[in-house]
Amino acid sequence: MRLVEVAGAGKRFGAVAAVDGVDLTVEPGEVVGLLGANGAGKTTLMRLVLGLLPPSGGTIRLFGEPPSRRTRARLGYVPQGLGLYEDLTVAENLVFAAGAFGARAPEGLDPILEGVRGDLVAELPLGLRRRVAFAAVLAHHPELLVLDEPTSGVDPLGRARLWETIREAALTGAGVLVSTHFMSEASQCDRLVVMAAGRVVAAGGMAEIVGDATAVEVRPRRWEAAFAALDRAGLPAALVGRRLRVPAADPSRVGAVLEAAGVAAEVRAVPATFEETFVALSGGEPGQPAPDRAGAA
Amino acid sequence: MNGYGVTDLRVRYRGREAVGGVTFAVHEHTIAALVGGDGAGKTSVLRVLAGAIAPAGGGVRRPDERRIGYMPAGEAVYRDLTVEENLAFSARAYGVRGPEAARRADELLERTGLGGARGRLGGQLSGGMRQKLALAMALLHQPELLVLDEPTTGIDPVSRAQLWRLIAGAAAAGAAVALATCYVDEAERAATVAVLSDGQVLLDGSPEEVVARTPGAVVDSAARLDPVRSWLRGVRWRTWSPDGTIPPGAARAELDLEDAVIVAELARLGHGTGEVAA
Repeated sequence: MRLVEVAGAGKRFGAVAAVDGVDLTVEPGEVVGLLGANGAGKTTLMRLVLGLLPPSGGTIRLFGEPPSRRTRARLGYVPQGLGLYEDLTVAENLVFAAGAFGARAPEGLDPILEGVRGDLVAELPLGLRRRVAFAAVLAHHPELLVLDEPTSGVDPLGRARLWETIREAALTGAGVLVSTHFMSEASQCDRLVVMAAGRVVAAGGMAEIVGDATAVEVRPRRWEAAFAALDRAGLPAALVGRRLRVPAADPSRVGAVLEAAGVAAEVRAVPATFEETFVALSGGEPGQPAPDRAGAA
Repeated sequence: MNGYGVTDLRVRYRGREAVGGVTFAVHEHTIAALVGGDGAGKTSVLRVLAGAIAPAGGGVRRPDERRIGYMPAGEAVYRDLTVEENLAFSARAYGVRGPEAARRADELLERTGLGGARGRLGGQLSGGMRQKLALAMALLHQPELLVLDEPTTGIDPVSRAQLWRLIAGAAAAGAAVALATCYVDEAERAATVAVLSDGQVLLDGSPEEVVARTPGAVVDSAARLDPVRSWLRGVRWRTWSPDGTIPPGAARAELDLEDAVIVAELARLGHGTGEVAA
């Protein structure tokens, strides 16, 4: 049985279609990443999946049935704000969260949480607070986990530990839907769904979504001069260390622009990164001249 | 040494040491990143560098405050002023007047894609727009030292690409840029990084140098090899082998900055001695 089955779902707010004909599935044991720029419809889709909003069209099924109080009890949601009570201790938060689902608070806490069980949540660093939120949500063994930017603000080791918890839940059969803006988090998922303007614009593994998209890598002697020359020519370059990358550009045009500006640089086409592909799928950067307009300038 | 920065910096808040001896430098035409989780000390270092707080000890090199652009974390724009008024306020605060202030404001509005939102209140902007406005406010007077505290936290990749382009543009024009981020993949784009943990520098140098200095070996495997020294990357495991031996069933992994930071943190926590458990 599919844990989440969204078929042709839409949600309109007045004249605005926030979600428009979206399909999404989450199977048991699977970690699905949901990506999209602000306004792409991610949050609305999450709310539809959580059963907090009724769809204007299409169907949403959770555990094979329409979202309801009953399906709500089978899922665990960690919002970006974590949803903890800051003036309660770690232990009190866990008891309270478990009670809300008719479950018992977890007995064997991980050693790190054990050490702070009597501390007020408000006094804990963000990494620990995130661990508490995970423990609170996992206490009733949800079949589906919905996580909104689960590791934001956490150092890499703490993030790796949180992902171990997520993976562990998936290995025991839970499905996981993760919304994120960060590529290191996206790279931890089994499958990604990219939204733009309310629609799904790409889905699959990272490599699959990037496909054969390319970027132009520029290794200039002086990056400042190369950056300025490309900027003047309407070729938006990204700085990476002392190299530049121009997404989806033509290497010969980049080379010509640099040569005309008298900037010495090695120029070559390289595979695009996932982030570059994502930005292109999201409609590129507003405020940047479109390539054809720039060509005419 | 030219450039700006802090040397052996100490910062205390209410008797607690938030920064315990940090050295961090940033040079003109360069972006230097401070990376670390919440509470690592990034904000304290940047506040000292921007002149917003006084250190408890150590040295600070920074230009005259008029030549510093500072974007604090979180709420850096006035919610009840419009986009244009926010920029005008910043221009006055930094002593940019008349046609020059208007020209810079127009240029930045265009570059940030906020041109269509001039009359909108700060409080009505999306997170990404607000961060872009805050950056524009810090850039308006073309500062020599740009201090940016988590400019991209919570914003989407499209806005992030725009912000980075503006930041790179300021560095290309000569600014020294010090920025904090909690994301290692983002720090990898800077010329130099300093990784902070618990108020101390865990690692520093160019991202390539930091990765190359990782002690021992890091191996890749399908299964977890050690209860402490293993971590997940996607569906594969990485394991740090401090003495460089490659355990059976594993192969040497190609490292990135994220792995290097995890190894350094494991070493700091005292997990650098003893055999790999499996």
